[in-house]
Amino acid sequence: MWSRLERALALLAADPVGLGGLWLRARSGPVRDAAVAGLSALPQPLRKVHPTISDEALFGGADLTAMLAEGRMVRRSGLLEQQGTLVLTMAERASSGLAARLAAALDQGQTCLVALDEGANEEEALPAALADRLAFHIDLDALAHGDATALKISQPKVSVDEVLISPDALRDLTAAAVRLGIDSLRAPLLAAKAARAAAALAGRHAVTEDDLREAIDLVFLPRATQVPEQASDEQTPPPPPQDDPQSSEDTPETPDSDGPVQLPEGMLIEAVAAALPADLLAKLAVKARRAKTGASGAGDKRLCNRRGRPLPSRAGRLDGQSRLDLVATLRAAAPWQAARRRAAKIERPLHIRGEDIRLKRYQDRSDRVLVFAVDASGSAAMARLGEAKGAVETLLSQAYASRDHVALIAFRGTTADVLLPPTRSLVQTKRRLGSMAGGGGTPLAAGIQEALTLGLQARSRGMTPTLCLLTDGRANVALDGTGNRSQAAEDAAKLGRLARVQGLAALVIDTGQRPQPALRQLAETMDAPYLPLPRADADRLSTAVQAALDA
Amino acid sequence: MKDFPQTTAKRPFPFAAIVGQEEMKQAMVLTAIDPGIGGVLVFGDRGTGKSTAVRALAALLPPIEAVVGCPVNAARLEDCPDWAGVLDPLTERKPTPVVDLPLGVTEDRVVGALDIEKALTLGEKAFQPGLLAQANRGYLYIDEVNLLEDHIVDLLLDVAQSGENVVEREGLSIRHPARFVLVGSGNPEEGELRPQLLDRFGLSVEVASPKDIDTRIEVIRRRDAYETDRAAFLDEWEPQDAALRAQILAARDLLPKMVTPSETLRDCAELCVALGSDGLRGELTLLKAGRALAAFNGEDAVTRDHIREVAASGLRHRLRRDPLDEAGSGARVAKTVADVLG
Repeated sequence: MWSRLERALALLAADPVGLGGLWLRARSGPVRDAAVAGLSALPQPLRKVHPTISDEALFGGADLTAMLAEGRMVRRSGLLEQQGTLVLTMAERASSGLAARLAAALDQGQTCLVALDEGANEEEALPAALADRLAFHIDLDALAHGDATALKISQPKVSVDEVLISPDALRDLTAAAVRLGIDSLRAPLLAAKAARAAAALAGRHAVTEDDLREAIDLVFLPRATQVPEQASDEQTPPPPPQDDPQSSEDTPETPDSDGPVQLPEGMLIEAVAAALPADLLAKLAVKARRAKTGASGAGDKRLCNRRGRPLPSRAGRLDGQSRLDLVATLRAAAPWQAARRRAAKIERPLHIRGEDIRLKRYQDRSDRVLVFAVDASGSAAMARLGEAKGAVETLLSQAYASRDHVALIAFRGTTADVLLPPTRSLVQTKRRLGSMAGGGGTPLAAGIQEALTLGLQARSRGMTPTLCLLTDGRANVALDGTGNRSQAAEDAAKLGRLARVQGLAALVIDTGQRPQPALRQLAETMDAPYLPLPRADADRLSTAVQAALDA
Repeated sequence: MKDFPQTTAKRPFPFAAIVGQEEMKQAMVLTAIDPGIGGVLVFGDRGTGKSTAVRALAALLPPIEAVVGCPVNAARLEDCPDWAGVLDPLTERKPTPVVDLPLGVTEDRVVGALDIEKALTLGEKAFQPGLLAQANRGYLYIDEVNLLEDHIVDLLLDVAQSGENVVEREGLSIRHPARFVLVGSGNPEEGELRPQLLDRFGLSVEVASPKDIDTRIEVIRRRDAYETDRAAFLDEWEPQDAALRAQILAARDLLPKMVTPSETLRDCAELCVALGSDGLRGELTLLKAGRALAAFNGEDAVTRDHIREVAASGLRHRLRRDPLDEAGSGARVAKTVADVLG
């Protein structure tokens, strides 16, 4: 891995802007320090960017202090306007907004970015929009202290612009990317540039097979999402070794494409086998999970004017609810003082007008909504509903501490009904839950659908929904209202998958006498914890739900 | 930032050289023919050429005639806002403005504000026009539109709707025309767009990486050729771009004479009713897009075929979301089109 880093840095130094940059994943320690020290070999000066950098610092803006002192417009230039290699520290904490800004800067082809990612686990990582644009992804976590030696970065012997790459080589790179399951078209382009840079380092004017192999190794392998052998194993046995193009030293001669493009098998397989990450499959699962749950690992965020992390303030009117940002207000008023003093009829030390008012804004974690979907079918219905009501009330009584809202849906017969829309009012809850009917079939799918709709609505209002499904799992009414057991189970599974795709957190509580394997399976489909709770009473129920939520 | 499009940026990739992505290219060409269609939204995966296409469109569009020194690119002196202080009716040809709206943009920068420099040094009130003024008669491009701050989005919607930017702040009361085509692009994985905003975009297209390996190779080949020897590549594609530009201009001339048979109107209405799209904006967009397409093809009447071809881009984003629909709204539109129009 250390030699890969050395190579990657050398290639990056040869073509910093074309290759975009480097994503370096390493926890802090001597290995990382050694790697960071090696960055000084890059041709442009390093400029540090931290994840909470303001737009003013990035894009530049008016420098008020200097302006007031000198009485003329003074602009401070932003980091993106200066020449240099950007070094993004703590890249795993970068928001998607910052990622988009940096990505735009990379797309304009004026800068090169080194992202230092200290993510502790797989879910915590550089935003994908940026990772896609950086040619090299290198993970140093497996390295021991002794592996990190001083980095020797060789200089290119010819300019990258003078290196030619043959159309065949481009085709091979593209095909190799497809075989490795890399969807983005940026990857083959970056690989082509890496191959060019490799040739430039070696002092060649044309890209050779070695350069291509190195490009595949450095650019494609960290992005691979599938193992190429799997596809070819099924159809044809691996090519015998005599097919290896040992003789051809220059660009590989590929026959005209007949059907799917023929790859120089030997080269690709060899390169892949040498360095395919051992835990590829595990990583794939993580990638899939990340795609589902959204960009960051944290809970949903929302804007708020009372509490949370401060955001840049904005102009507005004091309405008795929002808070004044005094410093920002004074800053807004400052440049106009000279002009206003001249126009003013009354002599005042400070002229502040309504339009100077700046209000504080905060970003807060959103409130949770617990959506209970309760099975009100059959004989056990009344008892189960009673316990669910009890649990709802218990949870609500704790709501002031945990800021939870609660909603209740009952499903029976052929439909599901919202008995209680999301609320935190105990009084309203008691009034609404007074009388509920029970009995009839089990339209599990309809229940999940209703809960899903309610959950998504709550999310669009900035809350974080969690579905809580209470049932004995004997679904026998399909979504269209017909009594078809297999169709009912299928519909329920389908909606379960949908809930998972939407990234809704869920909890499945089995209230049947004996745990139902089918229900356990549904819980797995929904990626939800499964709790068998026969004869659950309200207290145990609310305790279990709380425990599952806090886990 | 102000002088970004002309000086610092390199000449963009030619529009005609973009491989595949026919729906996206069609939508952009249609808005170039009739800006009244009202904007394009491009949603898709990373690295599918969304940004490339928008920047290419800028180079493709025919130049406009504008009064020299007018901050809002007005065509005649009468249309220049009086605060600009332009007195000379002399006009010049300049490229169709395509203005980038960066994500971190402030409200001041978008709508315009007091000119700080003049206020500070001369102590006088002067209006400094913002990005909306620059974008008048042209395009406003927002990359990652789903990450834009809500208050900026609301503001854009308001102006895009009325075609006029009204600034009432800091003791200024200023208005100027701001008619532009909104082009937004984004990656749905990063976040959803509010339905209210979705509806304001005339056309919406979804792009994906090509699955066909030959197409992918062609993309890489052209991009590499562009980056290696830009001048030669641009020369190679200039005739195609010029032909497309000529076709767009011819279509603009044809558009006012376009005949709209009542059967076509009925087709649009039936399609929208069958899909259950809210409001009448769907029908209107469908009709406008169909007319633009007919004009582009050099025909003199809109037919069912034109409507069929633009139905997916015109209606995809106006459907009520169906939680059980796994295929996506594009497939739903296609199915309904097949049912209704045969």
